[in-house]
Amino acid sequence: MDETIVKTEEQEFLEEEICVAENLVYRRPKTLTDLDLHYCPGCGHGVVHRLLMEVIEEMDIQDKVIGVAPVGCAVFAYNYMNIDMQEAAHGRATAVATGIVRVLPDKLVFTYQGDGDLAAIGTAETLHTCNRGENILIVFINNAVYGMTSGQMAPTTLPGMVTTTSPFGRDVNKMGYPLKMTDLVAQLPGTYYVTRQAVNNAGNVRKTKKAIQKAFQYLQQKKGTCFIEVVSNCPSNWKMTPVESNKFVEEKLIPFYPLGDLKSPKEETK
Amino acid sequence: MAKVKGDIVVDIEKCKGCELCVVACPQDTIALSDKINKKGYHYMVKIKDNCTGCENCALVCPDAVITVYRKTGKKKEKVATITNVQKDMTLEVN
Repeated sequence: MDETIVKTEEQEFLEEEICVAENLVYRRPKTLTDLDLHYCPGCGHGVVHRLLMEVIEEMDIQDKVIGVAPVGCAVFAYNYMNIDMQEAAHGRATAVATGIVRVLPDKLVFTYQGDGDLAAIGTAETLHTCNRGENILIVFINNAVYGMTSGQMAPTTLPGMVTTTSPFGRDVNKMGYPLKMTDLVAQLPGTYYVTRQAVNNAGNVRKTKKAIQKAFQYLQQKKGTCFIEVVSNCPSNWKMTPVESNKFVEEKLIPFYPLGDLKSPKEETK
Repeated sequence: MAKVKGDIVVDIEKCKGCELCVVACPQDTIALSDKINKKGYHYMVKIKDNCTGCENCALVCPDAVITVYRKTGKKKEKVATITNVQKDMTLEVN
């Protein structure tokens, strides 16, 4: 990595003691390419990208993993993830992943989708893939709006939440109730591990990383569909600063979408 | 110097100044700079020497610009002191 690192004098002074390879505890994963992410400042997509790549680097499965990128904000995910990637049509990432995993059953296939992709246009594909129990990992980024198209109401938008297409707040009588995809797929017998995590603070980021690690282990054991919902933020379309948006996630989104494992392997073995 | 346990190195050209690391830092070590980088964002800088290398800033950073170093120097020097050693004692070291 040719990074331009500018340090203050103090940092250079400290570097003699601390900044040596043996003291290194955290660095940018090498499976993440050196490009600048195109996401808005503070977007949760960057964190989830990094976590996925960290897990892939730690498990040393870079040559075994195939990712499927969605349509949405994360449409350029293949530019940032230094693994084999495939772009899918809008909402059809799980269908494409099904094809890949059936032709190449030894590969670890994951899809990376947002709520417009997975919960709106791709609902049928997602539900049927989970119902068939294909051996893939579905990473679902839920930020409650259509981010790429400038913040329209999504199926996952909270009741009363203001978006560009629900300027007076989401009226559940007219616009329906939020769709809890994770709760839906947890009911299906094909899924093996279904969990909901968040990336709004450091503790939740650590938990999300553990969930991704578990999911890749289950993929290696060919257990069935793993589904990880990550409750994320959208500072630009919520018209907030990144810090405010993370507070909104904690105060509004997480109470509505409670975190935790909805289906873990222990329950299934009962 | 003895208090300093950790340090961070920031790739300021990739930083977008979202301030998530500033909130995540339990030691208030980080702040936004007055200067801007090539993209026009105020980047993050270390303003204090009390970093503990807890990784929180690096974990919440969406752009993976932070490298964290942590020094655990004291452990290497002295593990334990054993006194009153008797002949029939066995000592197991993991």
